[in-house]
Amino acid sequence: MKFWGYRRIDGRIGVRNHVLVFPTVICASAVAQRISTEVPGTVWVTHAHGCGHLGEEKEHMIRVMSGFCGNPNAAGVLLVGLGCELITPELIAEELGKTGQRVETVGIQRLGGTTEAVARGKKLAENLLKEAGAAQREPVDVSELIIGTHCGGSDTLSGLTANPALGFACDLLVNAGATVMISETAEMLGAEHVLERWAINDEVRRRIWAITSTAEANFKSMGVDIRGTEPSPGNVDGGLTTLEEKSLGSIRKGGTSPIVQVVKYAERPSKKGLVIMDGPAHDIVSNTGMIAAGAQVIAFTTGRGTPVGSPIAPVIKISSNSIVYHSMRDNIDINAGAILDGDESIQSVGEQVFKEIIDVASGKLTRAEVLGHHEFAIHAIGPTV
Amino acid sequence: MVPQSAIIVDAKDNVATALRPLEQGTSVHLETEDKSLDIVLRQAVPMGHKFALKDIEPGEPIIKYGETIGRATRKIMKGEHTHVHNVEGLRGRGDR
Repeated sequence: MKFWGYRRIDGRIGVRNHVLVFPTVICASAVAQRISTEVPGTVWVTHAHGCGHLGEEKEHMIRVMSGFCGNPNAAGVLLVGLGCELITPELIAEELGKTGQRVETVGIQRLGGTTEAVARGKKLAENLLKEAGAAQREPVDVSELIIGTHCGGSDTLSGLTANPALGFACDLLVNAGATVMISETAEMLGAEHVLERWAINDEVRRRIWAITSTAEANFKSMGVDIRGTEPSPGNVDGGLTTLEEKSLGSIRKGGTSPIVQVVKYAERPSKKGLVIMDGPAHDIVSNTGMIAAGAQVIAFTTGRGTPVGSPIAPVIKISSNSIVYHSMRDNIDINAGAILDGDESIQSVGEQVFKEIIDVASGKLTRAEVLGHHEFAIHAIGPTV
Repeated sequence: MVPQSAIIVDAKDNVATALRPLEQGTSVHLETEDKSLDIVLRQAVPMGHKFALKDIEPGEPIIKYGETIGRATRKIMKGEHTHVHNVEGLRGRGDR
């Protein structure tokens, strides 16, 4: 099966053709935002990182930033830095250069302040935009897709409708040779034994136990009851009673294919098929990590309703019930609640989700894109020095 | 197809999930692969919330998806709303 995508120099396929203005350090955020705002057609992010990282977290931040900027959905990237930060535009540009991606850099101190940096950045961003405009979609095989999955603002129905329907679509994708990622390690606690059964070999099995036991030990070390945060107050209102219940519903969204690999947060999978990314359940942090790992599309189920999107990747919303579908009609792409109404089955909604993923990968806009949602957040793993 | 009012996910489960808001006193008809049963609700059960299919003793596991999702913190009567007030999770508990 084919979809229409942009083939990049390194052979990977983009489903969007963005020019991204990205600050490598928080101090460059306002300049990055100004440049992007003054060059319509570009997208931007801000974040709180880029300085004060130590040891493993430094490597982690470089992997996240270069992975996100290097996602094939970004045709070109303008990196904006201050000049005295730990993670400089030049450092990330060097990583991105390996993929052949078009990259430019701006340094605020080097250029003599905000006004000059914005002026220089605008010129560079305009050029990147012109160059990106030359790219054309071509038919490419579905096996080139990496789909990130997430469930956010879940209710009990998420595990009965939207997650199994998305899981059905994910099984179709994996059968067609694509890669599907599930993450949210906290929401594997209580469901490890099920994931273990799906693991393709002992190494994957061992990694599943390693990431879940590390996550649980971290939570326990805080000396508090995880309930109240997982499940969240909204989850509990929606009927989710325990983390175990949430987990058993959550893991259904990736389908039932063999789990072929466990990767770190923002680490690109080296295998095709169903992959686990070790990452937080926080919606935006999770999406950012999967996009940095190479996901071109995010399929996102919700019971309570959430509007989130991404600056560079389409996020498809699938509601678990018809009430939220109608009350947040602007934000939801597909209603799996129709399964409960007796109008649809898990299989029929699953097929609808699969088709939507192919259409969106070929250029159809998601609700989150139409509404301009571009949330972005990076997982911090160490103390700020 | 007539919309169901509640669902038992797995035949091993001892709770069902309400698929729409259900009033106290409602008699809910449920079916699994091997049995059918009628449960009278002891309280109103909001959409998405669970109720017990049988009497559950304190400490007994709560089963949904055919798996343990927690345990009863007190006796739960058949037809009773089964949620955070009478069930606790056992994972990620740094409080003990």
